[in-house]
Amino acid sequence: MNKKIKQPGMTLIVKTITRLTVGLILLYGIYIVTHGHISPGGGFAGGVIIALSFIHLMLAFGKDLALRKLSEKLAAFFESFGAIMFLTIGLLGFIGGYFFFNFIFKGKPFNLFSAGIIPLCNIAICFKVGAGLFAVFVALILLKVPIKKE
Amino acid sequence: MFELYILLLFMILGAIIAVEIKDLLSSVIAVGAVGLGLSVAFLILKAPDLAITQLAVEILCLIILIRATIRRDIPTLNRRKEVVGSIIVLLFIGGFLFFAYLALKDLPSFGHPIMRVSQNYLAEGLRKTGATNLVASVILDFRAYDTLGEATVLFTAVIGVLAVLRRIGRKKVDEVVKEEDE
Repeated sequence: MNKKIKQPGMTLIVKTITRLTVGLILLYGIYIVTHGHISPGGGFAGGVIIALSFIHLMLAFGKDLALRKLSEKLAAFFESFGAIMFLTIGLLGFIGGYFFFNFIFKGKPFNLFSAGIIPLCNIAICFKVGAGLFAVFVALILLKVPIKKE
Repeated sequence: MFELYILLLFMILGAIIAVEIKDLLSSVIAVGAVGLGLSVAFLILKAPDLAITQLAVEILCLIILIRATIRRDIPTLNRRKEVVGSIIVLLFIGGFLFFAYLALKDLPSFGHPIMRVSQNYLAEGLRKTGATNLVASVILDFRAYDTLGEATVLFTAVIGVLAVLRRIGRKKVDEVVKEEDE
């Protein structure tokens, strides 16, 4: 078809707005993850929001820039890392007695560093879910492009 | 309670529009509207955790995934509907509704759950786990074993996407795919 697309990504307006908002989206995702044991949220929702910030970058600037920020190898590493971290936390519970025993000091309620293993589990799930969703999106993007050209 | 019924009506309308409309993008947006309605319904029923997850996953992922990755030439089904298939589907729906009527009579009424296990969680959740968000204390402490399995769902999704979309999965009948293309 026509070859008017010279540089990847969307128009200048979208790129400018993305440059302003993508950091805030990432920060909001991190906030949701780290405060998952105090306020509504948690690892799953926060991980989805973090993945969406990278997907946002990819939609606006094309896949090359987004893959330079977070390559598919790194995403695969983070996915495995999240799973291993979650499983390790569960296995470390055997120190206190049983699988997923809350073995860390619980602290005062409403503090950021409280609730034992729950924030750590939230972070592990965030790695897993965020990298997993990003990997799904990358797989959909990467496997679509060559078929379109050939 | 009244606003919940309005939301349900809105969601049913959105679902019908999503099925019946011809344009695919409009259909995706209609499904997104259903997801938004569900998210607000979770908020009304006082489940903000689920509302956040629903909003992020359902609407954003659905619209962005489908809108960004769909191809221009979308195959549409123009064949005539199969009569036998429709009859079988209707029979199954009828059977499901019949048995659901029998089964759902024994459930407690809406908004009055049986509080046997969860009462214990509510009473001792804060003392035992130290988390003020009780949902987090349930899914990551009391029921963490379930979450361990649930966390691998997206890994399964990646494998499914790769299995369906890789080069060898799309070849024509008489086309030969080389090894390095996979």
